[in-house]
Amino acid sequence: MSKPVIATTSLAGCFGCHMSILDIDDRILELIELVEFNKSPIDDIKKFTKKCDIGLIEGGCCNSENVHVLKDFREHCKILVSVGECAIMGGLPAMRNGIPIKECLDEAYLNGPTVVGNTEKIVPNDPELPILLNKVYPCHEVVKIDYYLPGCPPRADLIWDALTALITGNEMKLPYEVVKFD
Amino acid sequence: MKNAIIKIISKYNKDRTRLMDILIDIQTEIGFIPDYAVTQIAEDLHMSEVDVEQTVSFYHFFSLIPTGKYKIYLNNSAVSNMMGRAEVAATFEKELGIKFGQLTPDGQIGLFETSCIGMNDQEPAAIINNLIFTKLTPFRVKEIVRDIKEEKPVVEMFSASFGDGKNASELIRSVVSNNIRKIGPILDPNYKPGEAIKQIVKMTPTQVIEEIKKSNIRGRGGAGFPTGLKWEFCRNASGKQKYIFCNADEGEPGTFKDRVILTEFPRLPFEGMVIAGYAVGATEGILYLRYEYKYLEQYLEDILENARKKNYLGKDIGGKKGFNFEIRIQFGAGAYVCGEESALIESAEGKRGEPRDRPPFPVEKGYLDMPTVVNNVETLCSVVKVILHGGEWYKSFGTTESTGTKLLSISGDCRFPGVYEVEWGFSINDMLDMVGALKSETQAVQVGGPSGALIAPNEFNRILGYEDLATGGSLIIFGRSRELLNDVVLNFTDFFIEESCGSCSTCRIVPSVLKNKLKKILNARGVMQDIDDMVEWGKILKASRCGLGQTAANPVLSSIKNFRHLYEEKVQKNKVFDSGFDLSMAVKEGSEATSRIPNF
Repeated sequence: MSKPVIATTSLAGCFGCHMSILDIDDRILELIELVEFNKSPIDDIKKFTKKCDIGLIEGGCCNSENVHVLKDFREHCKILVSVGECAIMGGLPAMRNGIPIKECLDEAYLNGPTVVGNTEKIVPNDPELPILLNKVYPCHEVVKIDYYLPGCPPRADLIWDALTALITGNEMKLPYEVVKFD
Repeated sequence: MKNAIIKIISKYNKDRTRLMDILIDIQTEIGFIPDYAVTQIAEDLHMSEVDVEQTVSFYHFFSLIPTGKYKIYLNNSAVSNMMGRAEVAATFEKELGIKFGQLTPDGQIGLFETSCIGMNDQEPAAIINNLIFTKLTPFRVKEIVRDIKEEKPVVEMFSASFGDGKNASELIRSVVSNNIRKIGPILDPNYKPGEAIKQIVKMTPTQVIEEIKKSNIRGRGGAGFPTGLKWEFCRNASGKQKYIFCNADEGEPGTFKDRVILTEFPRLPFEGMVIAGYAVGATEGILYLRYEYKYLEQYLEDILENARKKNYLGKDIGGKKGFNFEIRIQFGAGAYVCGEESALIESAEGKRGEPRDRPPFPVEKGYLDMPTVVNNVETLCSVVKVILHGGEWYKSFGTTESTGTKLLSISGDCRFPGVYEVEWGFSINDMLDMVGALKSETQAVQVGGPSGALIAPNEFNRILGYEDLATGGSLIIFGRSRELLNDVVLNFTDFFIEESCGSCSTCRIVPSVLKNKLKKILNARGVMQDIDDMVEWGKILKASRCGLGQTAANPVLSSIKNFRHLYEEKVQKNKVFDSGFDLSMAVKEGSEATSRIPNF
């Protein structure tokens, strides 16, 4: 039997959840034995080269590119997992949700106390740049998400258990210590 | 202005429990509750400013910012919409040059929406500076706006003649109509005030309670708790003072029977309160009246004054030594949840109208932590009739489980909307015949207001009663042409979102989730799973603390149960999942902010 294929991405996240994946320490060697990575920052594969079994999504959608990547993942992965607070709820980036975009951009590029040297008063608008969405969306409001791993970031053990459960088809162990947050 | 505020606060003896009255008076005097008023109240009443502010912000008719010299509150209930509210609203906006929720630039006129104001049989209706305007049309709106711009006093803006019955009396002078269509024991015009009081002074309090228990009368607000039992609990509870509340906060959209009772037979509920006071050993009563009925204030105060003169109220009532009872009127300030008895008590104590945890029940620990009976207006009216004619007589009406008669507030698509007094056990079919609604033209009937059930024609043989369709009396008829999901279910769900006190997360969140799902289905983006999701999510509301939260999913759940085909015909059949996400809509604001044209 061929190894299950995994893809990962970080959308509007801080890469903290990916760090947590690496936090499984030496078990990563075990993981490499068990699975094959496709599109992921871990192996730096930029484009899907085949259908994957599991997609791990960090971060929510704050711009048009996030939406395209997320939809691409949905198309290529049999199972999609929202990993961490931002993917599940929008997280910290969603704090802008109550503020009009223009106000955010003006604060960031024109009026904020840390703005220096923008003498031409330019708000970035290059066609190459993704366009901001009206608010930060959790992933399940954009595509179907199959599973959710809570935490900020989810503990390495939780990620490890979830992955092994998905791969082996066994029921996942969810002891209280793994999902408590205080 | 500051002096006026100090005067108002002293008028209520700097009593913290009278905060509602203080705020109502300031709002009336100044037009809003300014910062310095909040500071002054906090200082004089020895409470923190946030405590004052949280009460102010809770109620719809209080405002911390100016709301204009003329305040227009246009009702946004489902029936108002059915009767042409859209054109009326658009005319207000056009003539005033402002949108709802705004003030005119000169700060003179404010335009606002408000939940059902108890005028469902004469919609579209609005409240302008506490006076009611009914059956509005774009033409009428133009007249009203013209008058306002000429700064006419609001009382002089009525063009039509006054309403029927006491609505035309000197102390009311309102265009509101009673529309009493069918009378029974409660609406009996031959009622003689004071007779029942002459009866009870010959009885012991326990005998009064026994007679009430014999009649099997149950609470008319909708929940149906046996009245005699409630009184007995309160009588047996220990407390140095006991209170009788008459709940006249009828806020369930579609209900207006209490308004009619208080207009035509106000002595009935007052007498009922006196009887309750005698029975449980209470000497103080409070009529908690919704702010929407503020136009009845003078009239009701006058009735109370007359009752005092006739010794039906006050000291040694009916000549019986030591039988003392006094009634005061407590106004709410626009909050549906205050119809829930413990929220009502909180509100009467000058706090946010948030329901309490139970137990303890109000009969043990109610107003000011003392044993308190809270009865619906109609219940107290029935009590008078039970005393006059006996419990056995009362039981001759209605069914075994539901004795007596019920006042129905009927509105919607029918020829004769209004108030009908019928015996319990009346079927929906008979009701439709009675009000002049063709069965072939009737699509659905909402029984019991938004918190009740939406009934389809195949269930029109069901009967009104605690054993089948329990109701506080609101019946709304929807004809074939109505879009039930959009016109009714969405409107009712909005109502629950607006009126949630926000205390329980279930009630604060789930109705919004349901609304989003419903809108998604109405936008043709729904899938079958969404319908099932709504049913599952709706169940969570049962975890809420009070009846409002527990029933907030009823419009959705009951329409899915009885009209599932309306949902199913709108969902996409070729998809099992659709998030409803629309990228082109989502990037609109961002593109505009950066002057870009999206190119995907």
